[in-house]
Amino acid sequence: MITLIEIAYMAAAVLFIFGLKMLSKPTTAVRGNLLSALGMFLAIAATLLDKQIISFEWIIVGVLIGAVIGGIAALRVPMTSMPGFVAFFNGTGGLASLLVGWSDYHVRFTGSGYGPLDTDTFVLLLATFLAILIGGVTFSGSMIAYAKLEEKMNSKPLLFKGQQAVNALILIGIVSLCILFILFPNAGVLYALFLLGIVLALILGVLVTIPIGGADMPVVISLLNSYSGMAACAAGFVLGNTVLIVAGSLVGASGIILTSIMCKAMNRSLINVLFSGFGASAGSVSASAQKGDAKSLTPEDAYFVLEAASSVVFVPGYGMAVAQAQHAVKELGDLLQKNGAEVKYAIHPVAGRMPGHMNVLLAEANVPYEQLVEMDDINPIIDTVDVCIVIGANDVVNPAAREDEKSPIYGMPIINVDMARCCFVIKRSMASGFAGIDNPLFFKENTRMVFGDAKAVITALVNEFKSS
Amino acid sequence: MTIMLLLFTFLIAVFLGVELITKVPSQLHTPLMSGSNAISGITIVGALIAAGQGASSWVLTILGVLAMICATINVVGGYLVTDRMLRMFKGKEGRKQ
Repeated sequence: MITLIEIAYMAAAVLFIFGLKMLSKPTTAVRGNLLSALGMFLAIAATLLDKQIISFEWIIVGVLIGAVIGGIAALRVPMTSMPGFVAFFNGTGGLASLLVGWSDYHVRFTGSGYGPLDTDTFVLLLATFLAILIGGVTFSGSMIAYAKLEEKMNSKPLLFKGQQAVNALILIGIVSLCILFILFPNAGVLYALFLLGIVLALILGVLVTIPIGGADMPVVISLLNSYSGMAACAAGFVLGNTVLIVAGSLVGASGIILTSIMCKAMNRSLINVLFSGFGASAGSVSASAQKGDAKSLTPEDAYFVLEAASSVVFVPGYGMAVAQAQHAVKELGDLLQKNGAEVKYAIHPVAGRMPGHMNVLLAEANVPYEQLVEMDDINPIIDTVDVCIVIGANDVVNPAAREDEKSPIYGMPIINVDMARCCFVIKRSMASGFAGIDNPLFFKENTRMVFGDAKAVITALVNEFKSS
Repeated sequence: MTIMLLLFTFLIAVFLGVELITKVPSQLHTPLMSGSNAISGITIVGALIAAGQGASSWVLTILGVLAMICATINVVGGYLVTDRMLRMFKGKEGRKQ
């Protein structure tokens, strides 16, 4: 028989699916998110009617505390801190799944115990263990990612001797615990081992996230996002709840797709991103000796070039976020447009610290999305561009990825700013980027370095335009 | 049988997720992440069951309330932050109003 609750769950699943579908266009995305929120509301309301729920006081306490914390955090976080907070919210979801798995285990362990090991019991036990394992890794991993993104800890990769061996040992420990757990779920000592499993999962989450450096964060956040979905999905198998399974696997799949898009955009495998500690040895990699000097330009001289340009493309990177220069960039873009130039913003898929990071910042600064172009759309026409302005981006515009087979980033798709008629690089110094690789772009014939803080330089250019 | 049905549901949902997400343009990747992150807060349904089954022991009460707090942070924070971001994505038409 189909109950009212099941119908509500089905409706919620449909709303999630439509919500995600509508997220694929800027015009429908706001409504899509609202639809998905409505689905969530429906699922919660239906669950409250469930006969298993007999006491409401603790639910109300939990909702009130959670809503205040989540609400305040969401409304107050500045757009530049978005990657960190997405990681934070993601982590709380993982912890919730862990606690749900633990709570279900506690009820059964202290109650009637698990039945004989048939298919149903096996799936139940495996799902319980996966819920605490994936939930734990999601939680501690996301919190480390949050700390790194918010600069509460060093965002450089953290590597120590024997790291792989420690990881392998912990993994072996977790697998053995899982086998013991499935074989003897009712044994008295198992509760302690179950708790040990939770601790190991939390440690594993920390260990797999600390070796990952700042610029590889887009990959890790996508992956953790996927984990939080899988943890919810595992919790769904524990409770035999379809809406948890459907929603959890939708998120799990979406996270995996994003992860693979990010990896492709860096021309690296997921294994390489997770274990290589890329960027740890900053400055030591110099694939080819540089010849010639970089030519620098003052903002005043840069103004005269821009004033005569008929097409200008901005290429932002993480440096724009750090300098909070997005509003100044938009102002300069508007002035250039008023001056008769065609202005575009070209965005590399892994620019910044999370997928789509630059798009959010430019949207915050009121740049219409029609002016934002993707890498594959700008590259074919880049030789018709008069001036490319690179702001705080480095590795994603490094021509070594195209020209130098010995370079560690060789093969990574880049925005070919060096092929534009002229290229300005706004940068504080000649220091190399995150990957620690020299950038031959700085020494190209048509490149001019404009040294200084991104915001200060752009503001200086804006003032030049205004005063003339 | 029920397990098979659940596994079947799982498999279909994974394929559907892949199909839906590959169509999202890169400019919307951040809201997509935070929006799907909010959906993973569906674990709140599990938390409701954990917190609402009546306090037979203090361990369960604590686990239930903590699960409720965490899941609510995920849901409320996730949806609000996504909404805030998406409202900034406007085309030329939207700017004029």
